[in-house]
Amino acid sequence: MTPFDNNIEVPDGWGFAQTIDRRDFLKLTSTGLLVMFVVEPLLGRGLFGPAQGGRSSAPTDLNAFLHIGADGRVTCLVGKVEMGQGAMTSLPQLAAEELDVPLSMVDIVMGDTDLCPFDGGTFGSLSIRQFGPVLRSAAAEAKAVLLEMAAERWQVPVTDLRVESGGVLHKTDRTKRLTYGQLTEGKRIERRLAGRPSLDAVTAFTIVGKAASRRDAIGKVTGAAKYAGDIAPAGALHARIVRPPAHGATLAAIDTSAAEKAPGVRVVRDGDLVAVLHAHRDEADAALSLIKATWTPSRSTLTDTNIFDHLVSVAPAGDTPFRGGDLAAGEMRATTTFSETYRKGYVAHAPMETHSAIAAMENGKMTVWAGTQTPFPLKAQVAAALKLSADKVRVITPYVGGGFGGKSASQQGVEAARLAMAAGVPVRVVWSREEEFFFDTFDPAAVHTIRSGIDAAKKIVFWDLTVVGAGSRGVEHIYDVPNHRTRVRGGWNGNPAGMHPFGIGPWRAPGANANAWARESHIDVMAAKASMDPVEFRLHNLADARMRRVLQAASKAFGWTPKAGPSGRGVGVACGIDAGTYCVNMAQVNVNKTTGHIQVVRIVSVQDMGLVVNPEGAKQQMEGCLQMGLGYSLSEEMHFTNGALIDTNFDTYELPRFSWLPKIETVLLDSDLPAQGGGEPAIVPMGAVLANAVFDAIGARVHQLPMTPARVLAAMRG
Amino acid sequence: MRTVSFTLNGKPTRITTDEKRLLLWVLRDDLGLTGTKFGCGQTACGSCTVVINKDAVRACATQIGDVDGKTVVTIEGLAQGARLHPLQDAFVKHAAFQCGFCTPGMIMGAYARLLQNPRATAADVLHDLDDHLCRCGAHVRIAEAVTTAAAAMRGGVR
Ligand code: FES
Ligand code: FES
Repeated sequence: MTPFDNNIEVPDGWGFAQTIDRRDFLKLTSTGLLVMFVVEPLLGRGLFGPAQGGRSSAPTDLNAFLHIGADGRVTCLVGKVEMGQGAMTSLPQLAAEELDVPLSMVDIVMGDTDLCPFDGGTFGSLSIRQFGPVLRSAAAEAKAVLLEMAAERWQVPVTDLRVESGGVLHKTDRTKRLTYGQLTEGKRIERRLAGRPSLDAVTAFTIVGKAASRRDAIGKVTGAAKYAGDIAPAGALHARIVRPPAHGATLAAIDTSAAEKAPGVRVVRDGDLVAVLHAHRDEADAALSLIKATWTPSRSTLTDTNIFDHLVSVAPAGDTPFRGGDLAAGEMRATTTFSETYRKGYVAHAPMETHSAIAAMENGKMTVWAGTQTPFPLKAQVAAALKLSADKVRVITPYVGGGFGGKSASQQGVEAARLAMAAGVPVRVVWSREEEFFFDTFDPAAVHTIRSGIDAAKKIVFWDLTVVGAGSRGVEHIYDVPNHRTRVRGGWNGNPAGMHPFGIGPWRAPGANANAWARESHIDVMAAKASMDPVEFRLHNLADARMRRVLQAASKAFGWTPKAGPSGRGVGVACGIDAGTYCVNMAQVNVNKTTGHIQVVRIVSVQDMGLVVNPEGAKQQMEGCLQMGLGYSLSEEMHFTNGALIDTNFDTYELPRFSWLPKIETVLLDSDLPAQGGGEPAIVPMGAVLANAVFDAIGARVHQLPMTPARVLAAMRG
Repeated sequence: MRTVSFTLNGKPTRITTDEKRLLLWVLRDDLGLTGTKFGCGQTACGSCTVVINKDAVRACATQIGDVDGKTVVTIEGLAQGARLHPLQDAFVKHAAFQCGFCTPGMIMGAYARLLQNPRATAADVLHDLDDHLCRCGAHVRIAEAVTTAAAAMRGGVR
C-alpha cells in the first residue's frame, strides 16, 4: 500500500485548496458573461486599489468579479480570504440573491492573486459590509445584461421580462424562457462595472437573511480542508529559521557546522535569514538546535510594568479628534468631579494556526500559498524581496486558521519565498508557537486618563479624555456631553521608534476594545457616585435613539432590574459602536473574594448591525467575540523584559477555555440600515462589561486589564 | 532507524524511520495526513489530538516508536466513506467551528471520550476538551455539537 491509501475519498471542492490552473481558468472564462472590475473603486475608500497593471480592458484580463458559464454556473471571484468569518458562504448568498439562481449554482474563488481582482485585505467586519455591495452590483449588472440579451433575441422590450431560477422568462408569454447558460452559450461578453446599478430593496430578499449551511463545513470536519501548511508540492522542505532571543538583539557570531553535518539537513543563508531545511519538521527542529548563535543583548529596558509610564512619556503629542463646548465652563457647573486612569497590557492575536506559507518556484514564477489576510500586499512584498516583476508572483490563500488582524502582516510568506529562491526547492515555513508570539503585532498597551464631572441633575457636564497608545477607533464619548475634549496620543502610525518594545498592529476591532473599556468603566464610576442604576444613568445621558433602542432591548433580553451599584449581584452593562454596528453587552459574574477568581456566568449581547446577510454567521461571530473577549478582559497579557518575551506558549499565555464559557445569548435587532460590520462589535464592550460587573459584585473597581486574580484582590484591598 | 508497524485508520501501516520522531510529523510529512494540526508543539493546545487504542493522545509529544503495534485513528479515519461520524455530523449541523483549525483536535478529543464510554455526557466530554484551545471562540457551538453527538451515541448510533 502507499501511505496515501489512508486518505478518505472526498468529493471535489471539499478541500477548497485545489489550485485552479490559470490555463484551465482561461478556458473556463473563454466563453460566458464576465463582469469586470473597473479602475474607479465603487467605494471611494481606497480599499480596492486599481486593477493590477491596468490591464482591465485586455481580453485576457481576469480581474472579474463574476462569471456566468455556459452551464449556467456562477463563479464569484473575490480577493477576500476565508478565515472563519464565513464570507465564503455569505458572499455567494448575495450573488445568488441578486441573480435569482439557486445557491448550489454559485461557486467562489477566494484570495488568489492570479484569478481574483485586487483586494487590500480581509479585515474582520469588512468582508460583507464593504465587499457585499460591490459583488451585488456585479451581479445586478450581469442580470441587466442577461435581460438585454433575451430582449434582443426575442425582440421584445426588457420591461416585459424578468429573471427567475437562473433564467430569463417573458412575463406573459410562457413559451419564452432561456437559462443563463443558454443565453451566454458560445459567446464571450464582458461588462465593466461603472456607477451603481439599483439594488433590490432589502425587503425583496429571499436567500439573503436565511441561514445557509457553511460551504467549508465538510472539509473542516473531515480534515480535508487545506491550510497553507498542508500544501505539499513535491520535494518541499521545512525551514526553521535562526531567531534572536529578544527584540533588539543582534547576531554576533554563528556556527552552523554541526547542523550542516546532520543527515538530510541543508543550511541556507539569504542575507539576514539563516535557516535549516529538512523534509521533516521534527528533524528540522533538531537541526536548528545544533546551530550555535551568539547574540549581543537587546538594549531595551522595558517591562510589562514600567511600560505605562514609558508610553505616557514618549507618545507623540497627538491630536484632538473631538472637542466641543467649553471645558472650564463645564468644570464650573460640575457638582462632582472624577479623575481616573485605566491601563491595559499587550494582547496577542494567537490564532491557532501559526503564520504558515509554502513557496515554490516553477518556470520563473514564484507561487506562495500563505495563511494571510492580505494576499495582494503579500504578492507585492514577495515581488520586491525577490526582485521579480509582479506577474511572476502568485499568492494563493487556502483556508486561514484564524487571523483577527494578526495575519495582515505576512512576513512568513516573504521568508518562504526567499528561502525557496535561495535553495532552489519548494520551502515551507510554519512558525513555531514561540515565533508566533515573538513576531506578533500585538494589540498595544494603552493608558486612558479621564477627567469628568456631573451636575446636580446627574447630567454629565464635562469629559476630558486623553488616550495613549490605543488610537482613535471607537474613542468618541457616545453620551450627551456639552463640554468635552478627546486627545489621542499615539496609534497605529507616527509613533516614535522604540515607543513599543515589539510590533503592534490591528487586533480584532483595533483599539476600540481599550477605548470602550475606559469610557464605559468611567461611565459606571460616575453612575455609582450618583447612586444611579448604570442603565438608567446611561439613558439619562444618552440622546442617540439608535443606542437607546439597543440598550433597552438588551435590558429586556437580560431581565435587567434597576439598582444602583455596587448591588452585590455582579451584573454589568457596557455599550459600544464599531464598524457601523451598535452593540450593548450585559453580563453577570461571580467573584471569589478569597482567590480573586472571576467566573462569568452569563452574557447577553444585543446588536443593531443593519441588514443581516447571514444571521447564523452573524451570531457565530458574536459568540466568538464574547468568548474571545473573556481573554483580554481576564487573563491575556504579554509579559516581557528587556526585549524578551516571558510568555512564549499557551502554558502561561492563557486563552479562554470551555470551563470559562458563560451562558451566552445573542440578539440581532431588525434594522432597515444597510449591512454593517459584524465580525468585531460584540467584543468591543467586553472589558468594560466585565469590569462593571466585577465592581457590582465586590464594590471595588479594577483599573487594569486583564483583571487577573491578583489585580482583583489588590482592588479589594483598595 | 527502526520499522514501526501499526494500524492507521483501519489499515496496516509500516514506516521505517528514527523511532524518536514525533507522530505528528510522521503523519503530516511522511504519510500526507494533514488533518492533524500543529498548534503549539507543547501539548498545550490540543490541535494535534489523535486517538491511540482508545485514548486521546497529543501527537506532538508522542514518539513514533511508541505506537508500534497500536491502533491509531486520525480525523481522516473517522468518516466511513462519505458517511460522517455522528460527531462530525453534529459539528456540521451546529456549525461548530469558525476557522476550523482546532476542529480535528476537538472532534478526536470528543471521539476518544465517547469511544471509552458511549454513555458519556456532554459535560464529561467538555471536561476533556478543556485543554483544547479554540481562538475563534466557537465554544458555544462545539458544546452544542457535543451534546447532540453524545445523545446520538447513547441512542446507539454507531
Ligand atoms: S500541537 Fe500538540 S497540543 Fe498543541
Ligand atoms: S474554530 Fe478557529 S480555532 Fe477553533
